[in-house]
Amino acid sequence: MRFALIGQPNCGKSTLFNQVAGYRAETGNFSGTTVTFTESKVRLNGRVVQVVDLPGTFTLNGTNPAEAEVSKYLTSHEVDAIINVVDATHLTQGLELTLELLPVDRPLVVAMNMMDEASRLGLNIDGPALMSRLGVSVMPLVASRGHGIKALFLKTLQVAETAVPPRDQTLVVQDALQRHRLAGQLAEKIISQGQRRVSWRDRLDDILLHPLFGYLALVVILSIFFQIVYGFGKLIEAPVLVIFNAISSQVASLFGTSSLMGELTVGLIQGVSGGIAIVLPYLIPFLFGLSILEDVGYLPRIAFLMDGLMHRLGLHGKAIVPFILGYGCNVPAVMSTRILEERKDRIIASTLAVLVPCAARLSVVFGLVAFYLGPSWALGIYLFNIFVIALTGRILTKLLPEDTPGLILEMPAYRIPTLKNVVNKTWFRVREFIVEAWPLLIVGSLLLAVLVYYQLSSYIDVLVRPFTWLLGLPAETGVPLIFGIFRKELSLIMLRQALGVKDFSQALTYLQMLVFTVFVVFYVPCLATLSALRRELGWRSMLAVSALTVVIAMAAGLLVRGLGSIVLR
Amino acid sequence: MLKDVNSTENNGKTRLSEIKNGIQVRIASFEGEPDYRLKLNRYGLFQGDLVRVVRHAPFDGPVLLEVRGMEIALGRGIAANILVEVPACDLP
Repeated sequence: MRFALIGQPNCGKSTLFNQVAGYRAETGNFSGTTVTFTESKVRLNGRVVQVVDLPGTFTLNGTNPAEAEVSKYLTSHEVDAIINVVDATHLTQGLELTLELLPVDRPLVVAMNMMDEASRLGLNIDGPALMSRLGVSVMPLVASRGHGIKALFLKTLQVAETAVPPRDQTLVVQDALQRHRLAGQLAEKIISQGQRRVSWRDRLDDILLHPLFGYLALVVILSIFFQIVYGFGKLIEAPVLVIFNAISSQVASLFGTSSLMGELTVGLIQGVSGGIAIVLPYLIPFLFGLSILEDVGYLPRIAFLMDGLMHRLGLHGKAIVPFILGYGCNVPAVMSTRILEERKDRIIASTLAVLVPCAARLSVVFGLVAFYLGPSWALGIYLFNIFVIALTGRILTKLLPEDTPGLILEMPAYRIPTLKNVVNKTWFRVREFIVEAWPLLIVGSLLLAVLVYYQLSSYIDVLVRPFTWLLGLPAETGVPLIFGIFRKELSLIMLRQALGVKDFSQALTYLQMLVFTVFVVFYVPCLATLSALRRELGWRSMLAVSALTVVIAMAAGLLVRGLGSIVLR
Repeated sequence: MLKDVNSTENNGKTRLSEIKNGIQVRIASFEGEPDYRLKLNRYGLFQGDLVRVVRHAPFDGPVLLEVRGMEIALGRGIAANILVEVPACDLP
């Protein structure tokens, strides 16, 4: 038995899915978070049902790859019932897809989501009337709070087990415009507008989207965000490092510093402590904050404010979703370029997305630059990064000429994030680090210990020497840079070991820290991102993008070296 | 009928990008590539729909529209290709 969740973007399909399946799908208060389908088994009345979460789509004839996924899935998989999730506050739009689903010969249940939001807006929705007009079951739902989910699934099970009754053919129309009119008429008949209780959204938008205060608010919000991440991380990083350094010198004296066992144990401790002391203290508050900003619905507002500026800088307005997701992780960012129709757009957007410093690179920026030079330098790196991305975007749009398509973006209502969802989402992403990256960090550290013991690391350093020499970095940075391709955090964790110091300031000048970090921010994305690029664009584009990032990283590194040697004297 | 000399063309129709905040207009026609008309259709914007301009983003940024309770931001280039009629009673 398989149920498919189908609905328009940002109607809450993934929220519903996560409520029944545990946190498996990324959710966010903006369109296009889900670009592929996710399946999960759900226990229902002693039976096991497969539930599949499909990407949001406005129509079954979607043109972008994420939308095409939906109709492809419906024709290629056995689906026993369709749950059509509809946002009750945008019923007119939602019904257009519902009307399109009516002729599909599958049991259908309409889940009227966000009923709480609708009643707050004073919308009275006559569910039974809609039910009798459409001839399918309509169930009320508040997916974010978990209300109505059980009833919905039991109803769906019941509907799936009975034969599909013939549907009213007057509601089946092929033409999109006719469907639009019909949906409008239907909605008009079943919705009555009562007293609108709050207009705080408009008042909030008056400030947050204001031509002057909007940008001030943006700067204030992002600075507070930065300060909290930095403050929290620093609070943890320094004392925990002291503890681990003490342990590691104890162990080193136990085995003797130059034995293989000693090197390996120190390497192991370095790998473990790197995760606990350097990465997690910044990663957790960053992802927590990003989840809140996402769920509140602030990200599309940033897009609204920045679109004009981005266009001026030659950037795609629509690239904003991959761009913002990139700050969390480049992999979903590259995948989210599927919401773009043109391949050219996807190439540009994914190239720019991999230049965005993800959470892994954040740990390098914060662990090195913010920790030693101060948070304003870290912010400076982020601003410099945006400048470089804008410049790259401008050059790419010149090289791949086309009329810059404009932005079409739904501006979601503000939603108060639920703690459960924010915690789950943060954990979903932190777990990814713990399960996938941390073991790699530890293995990397052990590998480096072996390389150091057999004095092999100098060979790798020689290979990378042309780059490190040009950038004025010590030759020992070669190995961490190479290992950084596996995971970006490795560049920082292994740097300590490679330089043979506990405190970076013993081996690197402030300028070298800055140049190293800038290079790390831009050069070749990590393995996971590379494989996402290969999946989305193919081998050739992946290699081209990698080569381009090395060129950009060198140029940016040299520029910072030149400028920095004047400023940091 | 009142007319703004600078912005009115095409038989009294105005470009959506030039409508001031808070004004309600009716979509008369779409210009430019047919692709865009289809894309706007998918977001529930059709010829003949009543939309309200909520606000404009600075630096020639997007126009925020309200369509039956839903807010949609349209890039300036797209908004400039949508011709609208201003109902007479809504003119300031």
